Amino acid sequence: MDLVVSIAIGIIIAATPLVFAAIGELVVEKAGVLNLGVEGMMIIGAISGFAVTIETGSFLAGVIAAILCGALMALLFAFMTQTLLANQVATGLALTLFGLGLAALIGQAYSGKSAPPFPKLAVPGLSDIPVLGRLLFSHDLLVYISFALVIGVAWFLSRTREGLIVRAIGENHDAAHAIGYSVVGYRYAAIAFGGACAGLGGAYLSIVQTPLWVDNMTAGRGWIALALVVFAAWRPWRSLFGAYLFGGITIMQLHSQALGVQVEPQLLAMLPYLATILVLVIISYDRTRARLNAPASLGLTFYATT
Amino acid sequence: MLRIEPRKEPSRLILYATPFIAVALTILSGFVLFSILDKDPVQATLLIFFKPLTSLYSISEMIVKATPLILIGVGLALCFQANVWNIGAEGQFTMGAICGGAVALALHGVPGFWVLPLVCAAGIAGGMIWAAIPALLRTRFNTNEILTSLMLVYVATLTLNVLMHGALRDPQGHNFPESKLFHDAATLPILISDTRAHIGFVFALLFVVLGWILLRWHVIGFQIKVSGQAPRAARYAGFSSDRVVWFSLLVSGALAGLAGIFEAAGPVGQLVPALPVGYGFTAIIVAFLGRLHPVGVLLAGLLLALTYIGGEGAQIAMKLPAATTQVFQGMLLFYLLAMDIFVNYRIRMRRAAAASGSAAQ
Amino acid sequence: MRGTMGQTGAYLLELEGLTKSFPGVLANDSVSLQVGHGEIHALLGENGAGKSTLVKMIYGVLHADSGVMRLRGTPYHPASPSVARASGLGMVFQHFLLFDALSVIENIELGISPELAKGDLRSRIIEVSENYGLRLDPDRLVGELSVGQRQRVEIVRCLLQKPQLIIMDEPTSVLTPQEVDVLFDTLRQLAAEGCSILYISHKLEEIRALCDRATILRGGKVVAACTPAEETAKSLAEMMIGDVVVPASRTQGAIGDVRLRLNAINQPSTHQFGVSLRDVSIFVRGGEIVGIAGVAGNGQEELMEALIGERPLENADCIKLEGVSVGRKGPDERRALGMCTVPEERLGHAAVPAMSLVENSVLSARIRRALTRGGLIDFGRSGNFAEVIVSEFDVRTAGVEHAAGSLSGGNLQKFIMGREILQAPSVLVASQPTWGVDAGAAAAIHKALIQLARDGAAVVIISQDLDELLTISDRIAVIANGRLSEPEDVAAVTIESIGRKMGGQSAPLPSDGTQTEQAHAQN
Repeated sequence: MDLVVSIAIGIIIAATPLVFAAIGELVVEKAGVLNLGVEGMMIIGAISGFAVTIETGSFLAGVIAAILCGALMALLFAFMTQTLLANQVATGLALTLFGLGLAALIGQAYSGKSAPPFPKLAVPGLSDIPVLGRLLFSHDLLVYISFALVIGVAWFLSRTREGLIVRAIGENHDAAHAIGYSVVGYRYAAIAFGGACAGLGGAYLSIVQTPLWVDNMTAGRGWIALALVVFAAWRPWRSLFGAYLFGGITIMQLHSQALGVQVEPQLLAMLPYLATILVLVIISYDRTRARLNAPASLGLTFYATT
Repeated sequence: MLRIEPRKEPSRLILYATPFIAVALTILSGFVLFSILDKDPVQATLLIFFKPLTSLYSISEMIVKATPLILIGVGLALCFQANVWNIGAEGQFTMGAICGGAVALALHGVPGFWVLPLVCAAGIAGGMIWAAIPALLRTRFNTNEILTSLMLVYVATLTLNVLMHGALRDPQGHNFPESKLFHDAATLPILISDTRAHIGFVFALLFVVLGWILLRWHVIGFQIKVSGQAPRAARYAGFSSDRVVWFSLLVSGALAGLAGIFEAAGPVGQLVPALPVGYGFTAIIVAFLGRLHPVGVLLAGLLLALTYIGGEGAQIAMKLPAATTQVFQGMLLFYLLAMDIFVNYRIRMRRAAAASGSAAQ
Repeated sequence: MRGTMGQTGAYLLELEGLTKSFPGVLANDSVSLQVGHGEIHALLGENGAGKSTLVKMIYGVLHADSGVMRLRGTPYHPASPSVARASGLGMVFQHFLLFDALSVIENIELGISPELAKGDLRSRIIEVSENYGLRLDPDRLVGELSVGQRQRVEIVRCLLQKPQLIIMDEPTSVLTPQEVDVLFDTLRQLAAEGCSILYISHKLEEIRALCDRATILRGGKVVAACTPAEETAKSLAEMMIGDVVVPASRTQGAIGDVRLRLNAINQPSTHQFGVSLRDVSIFVRGGEIVGIAGVAGNGQEELMEALIGERPLENADCIKLEGVSVGRKGPDERRALGMCTVPEERLGHAAVPAMSLVENSVLSARIRRALTRGGLIDFGRSGNFAEVIVSEFDVRTAGVEHAAGSLSGGNLQKFIMGREILQAPSVLVASQPTWGVDAGAAAAIHKALIQLARDGAAVVIISQDLDELLTISDRIAVIANGRLSEPEDVAAVTIESIGRKMGGQSAPLPSDGTQTEQAHAQN
């Protein structure tokens, strides 16, 4: 039983960075923009969060730094794709490559250092419940924030006027512009939000999950987050589910031997990536379903003709 | 107020000038970056961009680095012109190394001039098969190739790891996850004696020429360009978009796989887990910098190889961090993309539209 | 009372001397008109007469160069559509501004101001929609609605703002006859309540049945203002087109054998709001030009796709080219057998904008003009061919190495037509051959088409420009709702009969709006 709880907690910790990155990118794509730079923004968040935490000794400062740096990277992407009308795919890739390099550059000074462990929150009374207490109520603040974020995004998109406008822009940016909404303005905001979330997800990796800095520590999670958005058919709750599914697979791979599974761990490590491909195929195969779910303007460059 | 308006046709002048401007801007940014890092910017720039050109050995190292970049870059240029976004060249590179390497190890100790070509053919096949997967998924299942090809990179790297710890490990290697060193018949001949520059470079040049001929003169190249620029016109012309997707992915997979086995059978000389060093991703930058034109790819590949070697030198001489080169490469792509707008649009000063109050009495 | 001038005797909307020009074209030349309170006022004119530009100025999308507008007697110059809306105007565009993946209520909420969206929007929508006979389910996704229902969303969105003037741009071009009836009832109800309607259309019978007054535009100028009920379709058509139309008598060459035969093509559309082809049959003989008339969105695009060969048909025999079944053959095989095509869209379909004229020649002519050898493109021959096209068809361009996108619309169209005609096809199918093209270039293209037919080819022209078809065709058929009518000899055709076929009816609408027998079944 103890093992099961440990595994469950491990899944939660593995899933949380994916939740952050995916929910951020979901909002961006809902607005009609495809930002492939998630991996780059995550790793920048990871290093900036880590570095600031070490330098200042404050977790709060580190997390804020990660959010800001992720948002800044994203704004660079926004400027290039919305104002300079650059190709979204190429720019996103450039963001990832640049981000990985910049993070490695800054991270050299911090290689091998470790940060103090991130405090877990104890909810008075509830945390002491056997099993459930550990499982549900003894996590760090960021885990709770990740859930709140998903709830918040779901509410924002479906219940508020602003969220409606974002969805409209992603669906038909020409019509939205003709009605009078600022397509570029909303997209800048959405992209910045996506960057902030990706940065936060990266910080979770370097501050909470494994509180030390390793080169390239995101290990492709940014790309998995992109796949998660498609997997979730651009719906917030499903992205949460997807993140936990993938977190689960990753953890299973680590615990496979303890669980008596006699497979080479490296092969198990392939599972998340293979699963992503499978999910992508299933989602994309039905063209009409794919079309109705995906924001119709996704990836298209918006050029105002009036 | 500044307005952007579309040009009637893309500006050729700007198309060819922007790579140079991007390089210049990157160098300038480098100056700033070095100053921040408290290093002498002039010395750093000279070390990165000029020093490697001064000795035969460093030129040969440039050639070693440029070969895979050019090979993969030519394939990517084809793909990107077809609007097929093959991001998984790194995985195809790795698979090429694995398949070719497996054949080389299976034939270990066997002499004969036919060994090397067979090994290389296996490498090409490996890359092609790996690229066929995203091609199939796109044409049959309508799945976007960006994510599928990328996921396969990780699968390929992990496969290499598995084999390095298991099936292809050198039994006499003291349990290090490495394969045996390839024997002579499976090793690439050297181009310049006493260096690591091998004949792979000649093949890279060959494929630059072939790629150029294909894109400029051949009907398939025309199909690729039309499919990428105007899919409806491609259908009107009778071109099959599926065929274009298959062709471009298979060719690019083949070239990446060849680059992979060249790397394994050349400078590295064996299979090691660290074989994939990111050429597949850097080649994306090479392709864009070369304006998706094979000759441009050649020049861009040489330039980026220059920065690799120069960067290594600067790292040793000036204790610059190793990731500096990667930052530079990312910046280069950014500047290039930022200036792309000028190819298709021009900037105009425009007074805000007068309200129709002027139309009233 | 409808059409009155209101208490103070003033009109609701007055335009005086409105003028607007764009580079190269004077879209509106000193246009004046008056719309009374509660009046349904038609704005009648052909494509390019200036109707769209005029209403864009009224709605604040464009600003006039000179002239005056008055709303309820006071000067009116809206800086933007939201100002126009605040002044009591509403507009239902021809191309709806709707979001498929969002629900009806969400679409409406997006199109109205935030203040208006507060409160119980849902019940207000239901109230308005039921009041005016425009039933809507607020929670359905717009993407699942029919075109008529989508228009209702636009109208309800408009009505929620309680406008005093509603501008409707070609509202019935996409509706079924039953939907048209519902719309007319709604408009009459609105007018009775004092709301004025500015109704843009080219459908003569509808205007006669619905509208109180009409202003007729031609070439950017007002040529007449009248009371439609006092006019006949013929007199309206004459005012609109300018002359009694007599098909230009042209000496026909000998009519030869059937070169192209379409046999009961039944092809579902792949476009989301496309129209499926039903039972389309026609034959075209060598030496004749067959015109296919019809308002946009009635299956022309689908017909063109079927003819080009971009999608194989179920049954190969549905299209026979010189007796050979080509229904499942691709464009290149059809070209080899002698059929060339000119799609409607110049840039992106018939030509690649960023490629040179030489390369664009290779695009479609490489088989019939042998522009490739052993898999390689023969740029020498291609360049020569492009030069020949340019000189024979008087294409104004800086050179054949320049991109197709750098040519003006008219010149590019001349090039494309020239490219196909110079391939000496035995069958040519062209869609909208002179759309957006100046009169000189249009005349040149017509001349070339007539010559091609005279030389023995079978020519099919799909066009929304009735004038054009009457000028050059030998026989005319009409496509409506995916069905093709029996072709008639041009000499026997009248504007009214064609107009009615285009509207989907074979008999005129009586003025009380009751339904008559329908000639065509619905989708």
